[in-house]
Parts: sequence; C-alpha cells; structure tokens
Amino acid sequence: MHSYWWINALLAVPMVAVLVVFALRKVPGAAHVTGVVAAAVETALALIVSFSYPASTLPATGEPVTFAHRVVIAPSFGLAYDVGVDGISIFLVLLTAIVVLLALLGARERRAESAFVAWLMVLTTATIGAFVSRDLLEFFLFFELTLIPSYFLIARWGGPERARAALKFFIYTLLGSGFLLVGAIYLAVVHQDNFGGPLSFAYDALANSGASHSALVWVFVAFAVAFGVKSPIWPLHTWSPIAYAEAPPAGSMVLTALLAKLGTYGLLRFAVLMLPAALSSVQPYLLTLAVIGIIYGSAVAAVSKDLKRLVAYSSLAQIGFIVLGSVSGNQIATSGAVLLMFNHGVVTAGFFLLIGFIERRRGTATIESLTGLQRPAPILAAAFTVVMLTSIGLPGLSSFISEFLILIGTFAAHQWFAVVAAIGTVLAALYLLWAYQRVFHGRAEGADASTEDLSTAERWVIVPIIALVVVLGVFPRPLLSRIDPTVHHDVTTTQVTNPTPGGAAP
Amino acid sequence: VITRPSIDYLAILPEMIVLGSALALLVVSALTPSRLSWRAGTAVTVLAGVASFVVTFFQWNRVASDGPSTTIAHAVALDGFSVVAVGVISVGVVLAGLVAHDWMDRERVAGVEYHVLALSAATGAMVMAQANDLIVVFLGLEILSIGLYVLVAFDRQRATSQEAALKYFLLGGLASAIFVYGAALIYGGTGSTSLTTIASFLGSSVLLNPGIVLAGTGLLLVGFAFKIAAVPFHLWSPDVYEGAPTPVTGYMAAIVKVGAFAALLRVLASALGTQLAAWRPIVGLLAVLSMFVGAGLAIVQRNVKRMLAYSSINQAGFMLLGLWAGTAQGVAGTLYYVMTYTPVIIASFAVVTLVGGPGDEGHSLERYRGLARRQPWLGGAFALLLLVQSGAPFTTGFFAKFSVVAAAIGAGGTVLAILAMVAAALAAFFYLRVAISLYGEGDEDAAHVPVPPATGAVIAFACVTAVLFGVWVGPLANLAQHATLLFLP
Repeated sequence: MHSYWWINALLAVPMVAVLVVFALRKVPGAAHVTGVVAAAVETALALIVSFSYPASTLPATGEPVTFAHRVVIAPSFGLAYDVGVDGISIFLVLLTAIVVLLALLGARERRAESAFVAWLMVLTTATIGAFVSRDLLEFFLFFELTLIPSYFLIARWGGPERARAALKFFIYTLLGSGFLLVGAIYLAVVHQDNFGGPLSFAYDALANSGASHSALVWVFVAFAVAFGVKSPIWPLHTWSPIAYAEAPPAGSMVLTALLAKLGTYGLLRFAVLMLPAALSSVQPYLLTLAVIGIIYGSAVAAVSKDLKRLVAYSSLAQIGFIVLGSVSGNQIATSGAVLLMFNHGVVTAGFFLLIGFIERRRGTATIESLTGLQRPAPILAAAFTVVMLTSIGLPGLSSFISEFLILIGTFAAHQWFAVVAAIGTVLAALYLLWAYQRVFHGRAEGADASTEDLSTAERWVIVPIIALVVVLGVFPRPLLSRIDPTVHHDVTTTQVTNPTPGGAAP
Repeated sequence: VITRPSIDYLAILPEMIVLGSALALLVVSALTPSRLSWRAGTAVTVLAGVASFVVTFFQWNRVASDGPSTTIAHAVALDGFSVVAVGVISVGVVLAGLVAHDWMDRERVAGVEYHVLALSAATGAMVMAQANDLIVVFLGLEILSIGLYVLVAFDRQRATSQEAALKYFLLGGLASAIFVYGAALIYGGTGSTSLTTIASFLGSSVLLNPGIVLAGTGLLLVGFAFKIAAVPFHLWSPDVYEGAPTPVTGYMAAIVKVGAFAALLRVLASALGTQLAAWRPIVGLLAVLSMFVGAGLAIVQRNVKRMLAYSSINQAGFMLLGLWAGTAQGVAGTLYYVMTYTPVIIASFAVVTLVGGPGDEGHSLERYRGLARRQPWLGGAFALLLLVQSGAPFTTGFFAKFSVVAAAIGAGGTVLAILAMVAAALAAFFYLRVAISLYGEGDEDAAHVPVPPATGAVIAFACVTAVLFGVWVGPLANLAQHATLLFLP
C-alpha cells in the first residue's frame, strides 16, 4: 500500500505553481520558469508513482487500486475526496505530466504569459484529478473544471476564429456532461433507495446500485454521450476540428493528447467497466460508431487542407480505435486501447508541437502553402517522419502494438468490426504519406526555401517524443505489464476465451 | 375578550432590530436641523444587518436545543429554515448597504431615506421567511414590496427609473391582489389562514370538492411567481431591473428571492404539501419555462444589466426545481441555492454599478470589453462571478445547481433534470460570452473604473466565499440540510 500523499502532491504542485506565478506576475520570464519547474516536478512524481506500481501482478491487496484514500467532504451532497490509481489510469497521469511539460517547453506563448502558464497549471490539476478520481462526483468536478482553463486557453491565445471555436467547444462539452451528471445522480439515488445510508458516488456503490437493466442502459447511453462529446466519437465530434485548429499549439496538444483521453478513459472506466450489464445492449451501436469514426476520420483527413485539421481528423480515427478496443469486452483489445490512449497522446503531442514549429516559421499550416520543406529543414522533416510513421502504425513504433492488440482482440470477439477497422490503418498511411509528400517533398521556392530548421531547443523538446515512440515500439513491457493485470481484473464480461493477456506483446 | 398572544421576543428580534433602526434613522433625521449624512445611514444599516445576523446565531442555538416553535398565536415561526433565511437576508442587507453607500457618494444622493427604505424592505423579507400564516406572508410581501417600489424610483434624474417603478408598482399590486384572493380561497376551503392548521386540516380530511383549495393554491402560486419573476409572470422584471438604480437591482434580485422563496417553500411544501400532485406540474412548468426563456433571452441581450435580469429569471427556474421535488432534500437544495446566490448576485450588480459610471447609464457589453486587461482585479472578479452563476465546478454555483438537480432526480424528475442541464449549458453561453469579452481586445484608453473600498470589499467577499465554500463544501451544505431538518411542522 502506497501513501496517497503522492497523489495529493500531484494535485497540489500545479496549484502551488499557480500561486507562485501569480506572486511573480510582474517579473518577466518567471512564469515560464515556474511552469517548467512545476511540470518537471510533476513528471518526476508521475514517474515515481507509475513505476512503484507493481508490474505483472496485482498489488498485494488483490485490488488493482493503490495509493487509495477516501474521505467524505460533504455527506449531504455525497461529495468525497476519493483518489487512487490503477493500471488503467496510472499512465494517463504520466502522460498528462509529460505533455504539459513539453507544451510549456515547445509551445511557449509570450503574450500574457503568466496567465497562460496559470491556466495550463489549473488544467494539469484538473486533468490529473479526473484521472485519479475513484468517485464519480469528484471525477465530474475535475472533468468540468478542465473546461474553464481550456476555454480561456483557446479564446485568448487561439487563431482568428478563436472566440467561436472556444465557445463551441465549451457548450458542446457542457451539454454532454450534463447527461453524465444526471446519470450519476440517478445511480446514486437508486443506490441510496436500495441500500440506505448517505448519498454516495463511490465507484463501488454506483457499480452495484441495483438499478434495473433498462435503467442501466439509459445511464450507459447518457454516459456514452458525455464521454463521446469529449473524446470525440463520431457523430459528436463536430466541435473538435475547429477547436483543434484554432487553439494555440499548446492548447491543441492538451486538447487532443489529454482532454480527449478524459473522454475515452471515462467511457472505459465509468461506463464499460462500471456498468458491464448494460454494455451488451449498446455494444453493437458503439462498435459501429467507432468503426464509422475510423473510416470517416481517415476520409476527411485525406481531403483536409490544413495540417491541424488533418491531425484533428486523424485523431478522430485513432479515438475510433480506442473506443473499439474499450467497448469490445475483450481483455486484449482493452489493454490495447489503454496503451493506445498513452501512445496516441504522445503522437498527437508530437504532431502539434511540430505543426507549431512550422507555424512559428511560416505563420500558416495550410498544406498547399507549404512545399519542399525537407531540403531547408531536414531535421524537422525527419522528426515529422518518425511521428507520422508512428501514427500510421509502422511496426517497431509505439502505436503499432496498441492498434495490433485492439485489432486481434476485437477480431476474436467481433470479427467484422475488426476487419473494417483494419482498413483504417491503410487509410492512415494514405492520407499521412500524401500530406507529407505535399508539404516536405517537391521544389522549395521563396519562403519555403528559407524555412529554418529546428533550433537546438526545439530539437531537445522533440527528442523525448521520438524516444518514447521508439522505445515503447520495441519494448512496451513496462507499460503493458502494469496495464494487463488491472484490465484482466476488471474486464469480467468477456464472452470469448482469450489467451493470457500480456502474452500478445510481440 | 381578546387575549394578548404571548410573544417570543427572540423570534422576532431580527425584525425588531432592522425595522427599529429604520425608524430611528427616520426620526433622528427629521429632528436634527441639518440633514443627517448618508454616512450615518450606511453605518446604521451595516450595524443593523450585523446585529440581526448575530441574533440568528442565538436563534439557531435555541432551535437546536428546544426544537422549532411558533409564537404570536402561531403566526410567526422560529425554525432552522427561518433562521438561515433571516441570516442570509441580514448578510444581504450589509452587502447591499455597502454597495449603495458608494453609489450614493458617486451620484450625490443625500439623506438617509434610501437606507430607511432598504431596511424596511428587508424587514418584509424577514417577515416572509418567518411567516406561518398566510396573512403574515402577505404582510411581509407588502412591506417588502412597498419599500422596493420607492427604491426603484430612487434615481430621480433618469426617466427609466420612474417608469420602472410605475411598472413594478402596478404589476406588483396586481400580484398582491391575486395573492390575497388565493389566500381567501384557501381560507374558504380549509377554514384557516394558519399554515400549520391548513396542513393538519388537509392531512386529516378528504376534500370532496377540492376545487376551491386548488384554485387558491393556483392563485397563491401566481402571486409568488410574479415576485420571483418566473416565466410567464416575468414580463415586468427586465424593464424594472434595467430601470432601477443598479444597487437597488442587486438588492432586489437578492432579498426578494430569499424572502419569496422562503415563504413559497413554507406555503407549498409544508402547508399545501398534501396537494403536491396538484401544484407540482405547475411548478415544473414554471421552472422549465424560466430556465429556458431566461437563458434564451439573456443570450440576445447587448446590455449587461438587462442580461443579468434575464439570467436571474433563469436562476429562479433552477431554484424552483428544489420546490418541485417537494422533499426535505429539495427544500434544502433551494435554501442552499438562495444562500449562495445572494452574495454573488449583489456583487455582480455591484460591478455593474461601478462600470455603469456616473449617471448609471453605461451598461452596454462594449464597455466591458477588455476590462480584465485594464483592471485585472475588477475584471477577473466579474469573470469569476459570472462563472459561479453559470455553475462552474469548485464554486458554490456548481453545488447550488447540483443540490436542486439531485433533489429533482431523487423525487423522480430525471427528465426535468436533463432539461435543467440543457438549460444550464444554454445559460453558460452568455455568461462565457461576457467573461471572454472581459479579456478581449478592448479600447485601451477607456476610462479607468474607480473601485471604492466598500464596494470592493463586497465584491471580494462574494468571490472569496464562492470559491472557499465551493472547495470546502461541508459547512454550508450541512447548514442547509440541518436547517431543513428543523423545519416546521
């Protein structure tokens, strides 16, 4: 049993940073330094927490959750501070810390910087808070809290259409999350009616609320809508392309790499795993939506005129894979989905960093205004190639393993969905390589020819991403050996006999 | 022979303090040869508010040890619910008094009349919160309203202020008439105006012809709906809110809601609780209409003061959700809602007062553009107050919405809860639009908005409590719950 103070520290460090930034707001550059230091401390804490989580086997308690702590704050509201991590959430915490650190280092905003850093820090606490919540009301609070900093990040530091993009993002997500709150309260009320005691939103209470099957299905649908908007799942994605495109690079990184994961994580944790009885009723629909998302995202990505929109739609396809694995009810596919949440986060963070670098040089990210960047900026091109190949799913790079696990797991349970989804991997190669060709190949003239290559600082920011995709591409064991036992413990509704989980890693 | 009913003076001490201060101010200002300074008025208002707030602690102790009680021939109640409501009104009096002080300074409003009227209106609200008899409810309603009619007209330089007062007076008078008619019908149907007697009569008898009670309930509800500006009885409120001097608008939005909701909860959930099936659909309809119409019309406003008027209609819709539930949890939810809403709305209108500038005319959204860049503290505070009203997490605004929505779901109103969440998202639209325009590219040379200390303190108080009790949720949540457990009968 580990001390929950590690988790408290993870939540507190960014808030302390906010206070420091505020106190030093008149000192130029102090905000940036504070933010970087806080994010570095956060990353170190997350690494400690992640790797002190036992690999291969469950913790001695037999329960996957460690660092756990629950204290009721307001009994009449059923509000509790209830934290803990398991194999599913632990690497998302790590991802959050890493992405925020890279966003601060590589996508710095110099205008009103202290506010920028402060919002980013609030967002860090909110995101990590959501990932470590073991209580649905607490999760909801953090989940909602992410909206406010993201809104201000988009609306103040975004592109020309930022006000509209930010508002659309906020209202869509808020509308979706309303269903989450109503569903959660409903479950808590039913639990209270059945078992008495004070109102409680604890995971175990809601998982065993004793609600009727049809009610559970409705709750599941409500949750799926809320998380589907956040993820986003087709057809609830309409806010995302404009938000990703208009957000500042750091905003896009955080939105796709982290906030999207809140949606997929929530779907897996609080819908699929918490309400397994309802899963079978909605599974065909969710699988269908996931596959449509994969194909639709790929198709629209292929015709996108702007690199950011291209990555936004390609994300939609990747999220489709995550959803496919999450709702498949299969242990291998679920492990793959959890792993892909991490890998996709790293890859899109890399994409938006690199696109941010291109924008910084050229003031644009439209594909047709860029040609032949490979000659003037070879290192930029090389980094882009690695990230792109990872996203395509090239064996030996991180995404391959997770997509592979999702596809074989899904194939075992839902053959035809896996077959159609596999087409998506081919499409990914198509649209990404085509875009790469147009942007980096050809004869560079005018502004293209004088595009500067990455500076030393920029190179160092992109190094961790390349290192992560390469290392996890050949050696995913440190992650999978911690994800698998939890998934094995939690996925109870598998109808298909599977080989032992974890054995599938190549 | 009329026997004098026994009087528990502790129960009515807050009213005595507040009304007594008002009378003392009036008399002293009439007796002193030179007109008494408005500073004296503020001092007395703040002292009276603080004193009556302190008294509520003694009342709470009494209720906690001896249980709820009634006094003056069962016409006035002293229970946990009334104590908390009176406490909230006292806080509102202090906060609004401070805001009005700076406004009077700026607009050169001399004399103590403003404070006298504000104190007497607060007495009315307190009477409503403690009323255990329809006649006393009506008495409170009138004391509250008459003070406010004059306050709305207080800006003699602005014709809109006079117009608003006339509109408020005519429609308010009509609403009072409807309310009295409802009370008369209830008396006809049950043989009493005492809420306790009505409850026990309706609980122990089967009405063969419930028509007269139902009609009375409906008319009472209409009267209350006018006062809390629930759709479709809201038509007066945007004009009156816009026309009234801004500090008065804030005062009205706060204490009228506390007083009227306290009485409404007591009359419907307690006295007419057995008729739940009859009034619930009406309350549900009022709630849904208020939430959606309030939010929808707020979105199209370009005038921030008017927008806040519609926003307060939207908020009233949420408060009605707790009443709809009709359970102890619902009553606690609505109580928590008005409790946390009071400082926030007074402070919001305090910011509007400041930005409105001399003459109280500049309320267009344009004036707010870039405010937070020019004045980070004032602009940031307003952004926070708007976020609280939209129900942002880790603020009291979230838990206010949460408590009424949870109560509605607990009473089987899942569909209503979903509608409420949709309305909340719609409402977030206009709160955020203003919040972001505060940070937008504005006219950098726009005049600096001076923030006088008293008003600044009120705004800071509201912001700090909204966040503090949004994170440290326990105390206020438990207070609302305990208050309701100590509810009559």
